[in-house]
Amino acid sequence: MMRLVPRDEISAGWQIATPLLAVLATMIAGGILFTVMGYDPVAAIRTIFWDPLFGSAASYSRPQLLVKAAPLILIASGLAMGFRAGIWNIGAEGQYIIGGITGAAVALVAYPAEGMWIFPAMVLAGALGGWAWGMVPAMLRNWFGASEILVSLMLVYVAQKVAAWMAFGPMKNPEGFGFPGSRNLQQYPAASNPELIAGTGAHWGVVAAAAAVLVTWFLISRHIRGFHIRAAGLAPRAARFAGVRPETLVAFCLGLSGACAGMAGLFEVSGPAGQITDSFGSGYGFTAIIVAFLGRLHPVGILLAGLLLALTYIGGELAQLTLQLPAATVQVFQGMLLFFLLGFDLLTRFRLQRGIAA
Amino acid sequence: MIDPLSIFLLLLSASTPILFAALGELITERAGVLNLGVEGMMIVGALAGFAAAHATGNPFIGFAVAALAGAAVSMSFAMLTQFLLANQVASGLALTLFGLGLAALFGKPLEGIKAPAMSPGPLNINWIVWLGVAMVPVIWWFLNRSRAGLILRGVGENHDAAYALGYPVRLVRITAIGFGGAMAGVGGAFLSIAIVLQWTEGMTAGAGWIALAIVVFSNWTAFGVLAGAWLFGGVTVLQLRLQAAGVSVPVQFLSMAPYLATILVLVLISAKQKYSRRAGRAAPGSLGKNFHALR
Repeated sequence: MMRLVPRDEISAGWQIATPLLAVLATMIAGGILFTVMGYDPVAAIRTIFWDPLFGSAASYSRPQLLVKAAPLILIASGLAMGFRAGIWNIGAEGQYIIGGITGAAVALVAYPAEGMWIFPAMVLAGALGGWAWGMVPAMLRNWFGASEILVSLMLVYVAQKVAAWMAFGPMKNPEGFGFPGSRNLQQYPAASNPELIAGTGAHWGVVAAAAAVLVTWFLISRHIRGFHIRAAGLAPRAARFAGVRPETLVAFCLGLSGACAGMAGLFEVSGPAGQITDSFGSGYGFTAIIVAFLGRLHPVGILLAGLLLALTYIGGELAQLTLQLPAATVQVFQGMLLFFLLGFDLLTRFRLQRGIAA
Repeated sequence: MIDPLSIFLLLLSASTPILFAALGELITERAGVLNLGVEGMMIVGALAGFAAAHATGNPFIGFAVAALAGAAVSMSFAMLTQFLLANQVASGLALTLFGLGLAALFGKPLEGIKAPAMSPGPLNINWIVWLGVAMVPVIWWFLNRSRAGLILRGVGENHDAAYALGYPVRLVRITAIGFGGAMAGVGGAFLSIAIVLQWTEGMTAGAGWIALAIVVFSNWTAFGVLAGAWLFGGVTVLQLRLQAAGVSVPVQFLSMAPYLATILVLVLISAKQKYSRRAGRAAPGSLGKNFHALR
């Protein structure tokens, strides 16, 4: 029999090793799943994890890596702050959608004006929209004690309906021949978010994601607010005695993660997506939760985890094209990854010892 | 058009998926486990139940398979939280994300197929609806009058004390998680077999999360869950009626109603639980905390 002995301190080695183990286990379990479904497991795994980087179509798919990773990293950086403090913003998807809408609204109002101020104003509006959507669960928790998990989640569904309403109603492109969806911002130079360096996929969202990694690293490890966040997560009562106000933290964390998600939505609508449609939400808000955990709620970890999950998106699309693998495979992969990570996490907090269970 | 009985029967149907899922989660939470995977278990139940009903032509077999499938996926959550001591919030989310993906993956071939017809029960209403309503007093009795229910509540209120008294905390919790999974599975299957009558990707559309909110609304009681499910069913029916009547409000605003109503109810109930000293029962004492016997 094996038994579990709690460690005195969280093991730093296992902190790094468990995400790698989880990826490996996901590949193995995924391989088994592919075999059951009648696909060649080796080809499928290679197509998802190897070909986007080094395969024959890599020159096309490599730039996509940054395009997909940027929103994930930006959103996850914000979420991780809250998760560290035990504040569960599960509604980033809704904040992302609303940020996209408020940001696009600035452009659509300004159209067809040209000016250097338009794009920065859109970014600001996107961040503000996401911030406001995130402040709703924060305030409802602070004032009434309502669960921020459930409220932020309900607001995802509300945001989806708002996007549908916008696409069919107020934001519908007047020159769109009756099709739903807003004007395409890629065709409006002052509002578009183009590739900054040709062939890299890097647009302003990538710059923002890099900044988010730096800022959250500074906050968490160098700033008093970061200290409060960590204290509240590790020992809530002690933190309270030390003068940390939980209400302030709730508002700060939900507002910050909302603003990050809102900005991600704006960069998407002004760049890769181009327009507000009824299906504007793409699931980045939910995948970012996995990124945050897989990255150990640490900025550098999130950077790496964001790139890895971006790889699964691109590899999944590639596998859809070349192997006719269903689109939902990626989702299953991401779910499994989180499962395995949470399971292996045991090793960071406990030591396995040979012996009889007490 | 406004026949109170037919409206009530519509409400009964509309509330059934949420009722099943919330009753299951009620038992899970009273055992001290917060499982946020309800949405994932529901969608897996919706798919498995629909597939089995389609394959056998018998909707009742569909519901049985849905219960088994819901319980089966809930065991992954049980494994994570009860043996590997993983965080319950994160594990529940993982279960939801995994379940949504899994159902989408295996559901593709079933899109566009119609569900087999069900023979109606009393008052021309599906038997499963009546089963759901009948479960309410049964679960009330189990929680408040049976010995097993007492042990379950003990485990939920204070797992260390229950363990010290010699009760198998882990076993009780795993059983409760499995029951919650089975009930969520049936609730999901009711959507695909009895309401929508087909399988579509993501068809639970937040029903599982609403079920979680209803458990809070109920103050962790069986009859409270029934009231919450009916309230939600009422909002759903009203919203569909207004849509059908062609009210001049954009249709998206009407379809927001169930989610907004859930938030509103959650706020009112949480405020009551927060500000009133005599609010009666609050959340189980050990809710969301993991149990490790060797501490």
